[in-house]
Amino acid sequence: MDQVFVLLRLWLVSFLPAAWQPVIGALLSVVAIVCLFPALFALTTVFERKGLARIQNRLGPNRVGPFGLLQPIADGIKSLTKEDIVPLSADAAVHFLAPVLLVVAVFMGFAVLPMGRNMILVDMDAGLLFYFAMSASTELAVFMAGWSSRNKYSLLGAMRAVAQMISYEVPLLLSSVVVVMMTGSLSLTKIVAAQSGFTRGLPHWFIFTPWGFAGFVMYAIATTAETNRSPFDLPEGESELVAGYHTEYSGFKFALFFLGEYLAMFSISGLGATLFLGGWSAPFSFLTWIPSWIWFFSKLMLSIFVFIWMRGTLPRLRQDQLMNFAWKFVLPLCLLNLMVAGLWRFMGDGWLRWVICSVILIGAYTALGWGEMRRGKIGPRSYRYAE
Amino acid sequence: MTPLASYLLVAALLFSIGLAGALTRRNAILVLIGIELMLNAANLNLIAFWRYGPHPELLTGMMFAIFSIAVAAAEAAVGLGLVIQIHRHAKTTDLDAMNRMKG
Amino acid sequence: MSFVFYILAALTVAGGLAAMLLKNTVHCALALTVAFAGLALLFLNLDAQFAGFAQILVYIGAVAILVVFAILLTRGSETPRDGVFSRTWLAGLLIAAGVFAVLGWAVIGSVRVLPHETAVPTVTVLQIGNALVSRYVLPLEIVAVLLTAAMIGAVIVAMHEKEGQK
Repeated sequence: MDQVFVLLRLWLVSFLPAAWQPVIGALLSVVAIVCLFPALFALTTVFERKGLARIQNRLGPNRVGPFGLLQPIADGIKSLTKEDIVPLSADAAVHFLAPVLLVVAVFMGFAVLPMGRNMILVDMDAGLLFYFAMSASTELAVFMAGWSSRNKYSLLGAMRAVAQMISYEVPLLLSSVVVVMMTGSLSLTKIVAAQSGFTRGLPHWFIFTPWGFAGFVMYAIATTAETNRSPFDLPEGESELVAGYHTEYSGFKFALFFLGEYLAMFSISGLGATLFLGGWSAPFSFLTWIPSWIWFFSKLMLSIFVFIWMRGTLPRLRQDQLMNFAWKFVLPLCLLNLMVAGLWRFMGDGWLRWVICSVILIGAYTALGWGEMRRGKIGPRSYRYAE
Repeated sequence: MTPLASYLLVAALLFSIGLAGALTRRNAILVLIGIELMLNAANLNLIAFWRYGPHPELLTGMMFAIFSIAVAAAEAAVGLGLVIQIHRHAKTTDLDAMNRMKG
Repeated sequence: MSFVFYILAALTVAGGLAAMLLKNTVHCALALTVAFAGLALLFLNLDAQFAGFAQILVYIGAVAILVVFAILLTRGSETPRDGVFSRTWLAGLLIAAGVFAVLGWAVIGSVRVLPHETAVPTVTVLQIGNALVSRYVLPLEIVAVLLTAAMIGAVIVAMHEKEGQK
């Protein structure tokens, strides 16, 4: 049951001559990824709208299909049949290529995620570096979209989005580097394999160590900012910037941007599950009979659920607040996390290293938090009434 | 023609294109773009010689190229900062107009 | 030579030519990005995976964005009055052609003594890491100091000057 997809692919490929088998096998995996993740995206859009609606004390879409579950089909038909308006003064070639580049770069990131035991498309030695290289290419697509529309709001939205994505790229990379340091490899299959044992019932996932927990929290913050999700969604805030860098896009191109954003969310959550939550391994040793791909996708959907929850709960951050947060709070904590992880490695086994590492991390967090809060004097609330 | 010679010719072509651009364009930023092309051509040369030369297990060529990428990024940052500051002062990035030392 | 190499070489050279010949500065920066991508693929063709991915991450993910930000902040997207090539363009072109002639002659003249195909070197990231902290630790530390100095320098150079007393 665990290897059902791998065996299915091998059986399908065995009908072909031996020279073609690797290529067609890889092609089948690519087709599976390209079909599965957009389907998951469609399901996520309806979950997000219903989830946000319930948090805001209203019902979500409930007209199309039972409980609104066929809403994505209606949305898809709408975006495909809308007129594709390109502004007259827009730069046509760049305007067309921006969503294409975004979706291509995001799809390439799925190639290195291990979605189950033996279910990785390309097992590269430098897999994590490849993933971050593809994620860095999406920033250029965002800029291209904003600039080519020849619209001040789009350009402003694009500059803000790119500045935000670059600022949070550094904490993202640094919190992943902690995992690489402790595992000794950039290959994602080795990182999952390093988290696969069980000690007294608890798994060896990196989130259950002090440096892993701090790293996971910072990774989560950095991913919400990288994918422009609330509370970091100023670049696409409706009340500020119309729609930010995708103002001038309509119809299918807008659907491509939407798809790209959600697919980026999926792949970065998948990477977070691989790095910190143990990838496809089960949480308890008596649950290993459940197939590995079910564990991976449940961790992914759990992260998506937390994203939707944060979107409905937290207010939006201002641009200077989020840049301050990145460079003055998250980045020093990430660097300290690296040193604490090194300390953890060399202190040997036992309860002492737990205590010391946790104390250092919690102390630094509170100290930096006091330092940041003291800057803005928050006095008692005062009211001024019109005369 | 050996594969190494083809790579070296491509690198030489890219280098001379970058050099031509750096010497003929007016905008200061395009001169910096030409310089980046030249650095990349040199990186291609390094990696090609690492791959086809003796002792690739010593990693000399790859290390050199990686350090060159890092240094080129730093140099692009400082160069572009300078261009921005010059634009603030002289209100133009036209290199033909900046032919005096007097501010 | 293989088909893949010709396509990649054509892509890279076309990107470089477009970067130097186009009128619109932002289009030049985007063509430069295409050239960077072509070069990264050439590195992958040469079995240098780490260098190829580092090229994409650093050049396309950071340097290209830096270039377009600088173009936007200096209003480079407006076409200048006197054309895009400087007055002395012919001299520059001749110099570049001369450089290419010399380099091309050197390469073609030495085809006989260049090394031939060797076996594919297996390079793991672990070996690169080991080399960085054992044999190349001095360049590593110097590059770290250089990057810090460049970062501080770029911030100071591009900072707004304070009005009034300095």
